[in-house]
Parts: sequence; C-alpha cells; structure tokens
Amino acid sequence: MADMVLDAKGLSCPLPILRAKKALKDLPTGKTLEIQATDPGSVKDFEAFCRATGNEMVEHHIDGGTYYFTIRHSG
Amino acid sequence: MPDETNAKAMSIIVTKGTLDWAYPPFILATTAAAMGLEVTMFFTFYGLTLLKKDLNLKINPLGNAAMEMPMGGGHMSMPNILAAMPGATALTSAMMKNMLHKKGVASIPELREMAQEADVNMIACQMTMDLFEYKREDMIDGISLGGAATWVDAATRCQINLYI
Repeated sequence: MADMVLDAKGLSCPLPILRAKKALKDLPTGKTLEIQATDPGSVKDFEAFCRATGNEMVEHHIDGGTYYFTIRHSG
Repeated sequence: MPDETNAKAMSIIVTKGTLDWAYPPFILATTAAAMGLEVTMFFTFYGLTLLKKDLNLKINPLGNAAMEMPMGGGHMSMPNILAAMPGATALTSAMMKNMLHKKGVASIPELREMAQEADVNMIACQMTMDLFEYKREDMIDGISLGGAATWVDAATRCQINLYI
C-alpha cells in the first residue's frame, strides 16, 4: 500500500507527469506514491521521468485499462 | 537563466501563436521542468501572443491539408473554400477546444500557469514587442524582456535547444 495515491485517470500527456511531480514535492523522502493513469503513453513516460529525476519505480502494472505506478520519492 | 553549475537545461524559441502550435512548447517546457531541467522560453514574433494576459487562441485549417478532425469513426478535413468563409476560424477553434477538453488535454492557460509555477524562465522578445506595439502591461507578470543575445547566452549552457 502506497503512502499517497494520485488519480490521473482520463488525463492526457503531460498532465499525469506534472501532477505526479507536484505530489512528490509534498511527499517526504522514502515514502511511496501510487499513480493511477489511463494514458497508454504513461508507461514509457514514467520510466523516463524516474530515470531523469532519480526517483525509484518500485512497481508498475496494468489492471482493467488502468495503469498503476508505484514510485518511491528518492530523487 | 541556466547557470554553470546546473546539470541540465533546455531552451525553446517560440515563434507561433495559434492554438495548435501553442501546445508543443508549453508541454515540453512543463515536462522538462518537472524532470528537473532549468527551462528558458524565448517568445518572438507570433509566439509573443502566448504571453498576453488575455489569451484567446485560435486555429484555422486554411491551407493546412494535414488537418483532419475525428468524426463518426472516420476523419474529416475542411475544404479551403469553407475554411475561408466568415466564422470558420471561430467554429474550428471552438471545436478544437471542445475536443481537447473532452480528451483530458490541459488548456494553454493551465499549462502556462504550471510553467510559471515551475519557475520556467519566460523572455519576451523586445524587438517584437516594439514591432507589434505591445505594451508591457498587455503581458502576464513574471516575464522578462530580452533580445537575441539573451537567448544565445542562455542556449550556450543548455543541452537541448529547440525552435518551434
């Protein structure tokens, strides 16, 4: 269970990334954020976002058309 | 303004101010800022209108043979003769804004505000301000004025320099 959940369903690029960045700002280091998105491009985008910012992608999966990403605030 | 110690930076020269062309620079600027890059946007010629307080962006398919809108499972493009009719710009702009909203795409005013919140450095081209007789008070707060040398100076410290 993540420490914080962000619902980005129905939002198109780049809003899921921008909302996630905002959410991470309020999250203490070491805590995890779960992002829920429906944008198929978000899979590659969140991988790139984590690589660039140094945040850790703990896990991601797809379930019923929704993409779930768990990111640990470490960047 | 990018400094010597900053690891990564990006600059964008923004030259177009129609509804469609407003998207790439603001999407890339906000995303790069979210990914930790220092971002400079230099607004010149028609791009300058994107800094106006009163944003009323428009689009017209006239002469743009690649522009087609999804309609009834297919795609429709507007013949030039219709795109040249009075009201075609207002109609197309309203349709496009409606479609953007329905698909969950941020509006340009929203993206611009997010760019400002992310400390994106926005520079209005002084020469274009004078050329088109814009006043500083027509433009949003938090921007600076500059010329070609200002952009060149910033660009020499950027890994990514785009012209849109």
